[in-house]
Amino acid sequence: MTDRDLALKSFALRRRMLRLIHEAGAGHTGGGLSCLDILNLLYNRVLRVSPETAGSPARDRYVQSKGHCVEALYAVMSDRGYFPESDLNTVCHYQSYYVGHPTRKIRGMEMNTGALGHGLPICLGMALAAKMDGAAYRVFTLLGDGELAEGSNWEAAMAAAHYKLDNLVAILDHNTLQITGHTRDVMSNEPLDEKWRAFGWEVRSVNGHDYAQLSAALTTPPPAGKPLFIIANTVKGKGVSFMENVGKWHHGVPTDAELAQALAELDVAEKRFQEASA
Amino acid sequence: MSAPAPSMFTPAAKAMAEKLGLKKGRANLEEFADTLQALSTADRNLVAVTSDSRGSGKLAPFGKALPQQIVEVGIAEQNLVGITAGLAACGKKAFGVSPSCFLTARSLEQIKNDVCYSNVPAVLVGISSGVSYGALGSTHHSLHDLAVLRAIHNLTILVPADNFETREAIRYAATATRPVFVRFGKAAMFDVTPAGAKFEVGKALTLREGRDVAFIANGETVVHAVLAAAALAAQGVSARVLSLHTVKPLDTAAVLAAGRECRAVVTVEEHMVAGGVGEAVASTLLQAGLAPRFKMVGFPDEDTVTGAQADLFRHYGISMEGLAATALALLQR
Repeated sequence: MTDRDLALKSFALRRRMLRLIHEAGAGHTGGGLSCLDILNLLYNRVLRVSPETAGSPARDRYVQSKGHCVEALYAVMSDRGYFPESDLNTVCHYQSYYVGHPTRKIRGMEMNTGALGHGLPICLGMALAAKMDGAAYRVFTLLGDGELAEGSNWEAAMAAAHYKLDNLVAILDHNTLQITGHTRDVMSNEPLDEKWRAFGWEVRSVNGHDYAQLSAALTTPPPAGKPLFIIANTVKGKGVSFMENVGKWHHGVPTDAELAQALAELDVAEKRFQEASA
Repeated sequence: MSAPAPSMFTPAAKAMAEKLGLKKGRANLEEFADTLQALSTADRNLVAVTSDSRGSGKLAPFGKALPQQIVEVGIAEQNLVGITAGLAACGKKAFGVSPSCFLTARSLEQIKNDVCYSNVPAVLVGISSGVSYGALGSTHHSLHDLAVLRAIHNLTILVPADNFETREAIRYAATATRPVFVRFGKAAMFDVTPAGAKFEVGKALTLREGRDVAFIANGETVVHAVLAAAALAAQGVSARVLSLHTVKPLDTAAVLAAGRECRAVVTVEEHMVAGGVGEAVASTLLQAGLAPRFKMVGFPDEDTVTGAQADLFRHYGISMEGLAATALALLQR
C-alpha cells in the first residue's frame, strides 16, 4: 500500500471510528484520532501480521499500552479483516465481546490493556522471548503522554537497554494533552528525546500523521542492541476541526449533529486530498 | 554475638513430633529452588524471572547452571510481573520469583491485568511469605496476599505445607495452562504428608481423621495443627487435620464434610484473618447452612508485634499448645 493509499484509507477509518464511538455512546475520541495514522501504518505496512496468522509464533506483536484508544484499533483491525465490521456496532454494548479497552477475546489482540504503564514491560518480556528463541519477530507498543508518568515505564526503559532489545519499538503518541489538560502542566515529561536517549534507546522524532516519515522511522532498523523509541508528534482530535487540540474531546462523544459535521468535514478533506494527490 | 533464632517448637512439641515420627525436612524455599532447577534443566523453555531476588529465592545455583534461563530485572517488581506475562504470552514457561510482600502489593495491578485478566500461563512465586521475615517488620510481611489475590478472577492459589507439597505445587505450576500463584516460607519444615499421598490441586489433603474438631490449615501452620491434633488425642479429643494447600479453587467438599462431621472447625493461617482462608471456609460453611463452632486463628487486624516468625506464631496462638487450647475452649463453650 502506498503512502497515498494509506492516507486515503485514513479518512474512512476516521469516519468509522467516530461512528462507532457515537454508536457506543462512549470512547476516546481525541486520542483515537491522534493515533489513528500510526495504527493504519502499523497494520497495513509495518507489522508482519494478518488475520490468517493471528496464532503464528512468528508474527510481530503489537500491544496497545494506551488501551483507552481502542476504538481506533477496532476500526483498523476490522478493516484489516480481523473481524466483521458489523461487530463494531456492539462496542460497549451489554454482553458484547468488544469492551472499551483491548481484550484477547478479540482475534488478533495480544494482551488485555487499559491500566496505564503496562504495555512496555509486557513487550519487554515478549522481546526477550524472541531473543531467547532466536525468533525474528519484532514487538511494538503505543504509549501516551500522560501514561509516561507511570514509573513502570521507566523500569522497563532501563531494562530494555540493559537487555539490548533492538527488536522492541515503543511509539509515543505525542499529542501533548491528557485528560486534565496539557501534559506540561499536569506532569511535565520533557525533554523526552534526551531522557530516552539517556536510558540507552535510539530515539526518532517524526510527524505522526506523515506516512512517509513514520514509515521510515519504523522500518529503518535501529543500531544493533538499541531499543527504538519513536516520538510521533501528533494532534489530538486530528482531522476534525472542532476536536483538534480541545481537551474535552479526550473522551467526548459526538452528538448526532457533531457527528454529521465531523463526517462532512472528513468527506471534504478526502475529496481535496484526492484532487491534490491525483 | 546475636541471639540464637527462637525455635518454632517447644520441647513438648518437639517430643510430640518425634513420637509421631515426623521427619525434619528442609525449607520449602530450598525445595522450590531445586525443583525449579531440575524442571528447567529438563525443559529449556522454562525461565525464571527475579527482582534482585535470586539470593533470597535460593536461585543462585540456578543462575550459574542455567544463565540463559534466568532474567534479572533489578528491584522492579512491576516490571518483573509485566515481563513474566510477556514471556508467558510468547510461549515461555515463565516463573516470576520475588518476596511475596513486594510481589503481591507493588505489582498487584500487573498480576490482575497482565497475568490473570490477560490469561497467560505465568507462574508467580511469592517467596518468604507471611511473617517469614519476622522482625524485619510489616514492610516485609505478606499477611494480605491471599486476601487480595482471592479477589482476582482466574488465578490458582497454592500454599504448600511441606517439601512434598511444595515440590508437587511447582511441578503442577510448570504444566499449568492458566495463571498460578504459589507462596511459601523459608523455615525448615517437618514432613507432614503421609507416604503415598497424592497431591491434587483443588483437593485438600486429609492428614488425620477426627470427628470432634477439624483443623483446616495451610502452609507453615499445618505442622502445628498436626501436633495439636496429636496432643488433643491424648486428652480424648478426636481432631481432623486438613492441609488446604489450594486456596483457589477451594475444596468445598472437604470443607463441608468437616463442617458436617465435626462439632467444631478451627482454621489456621499465616495471614491476616480478614480475607484469608478462614473467611473462605466460613462463607462456604454458612452458605451451605452449616454452623459448627468456629474459630479463625491467624493474624488479627492490628500492628503486628515485633519478633521472629516463631515468636509471632507463638504470640498469635499458632503452636501445638495454642491450637490445642483453642480447640478445647471451643468444644467446651
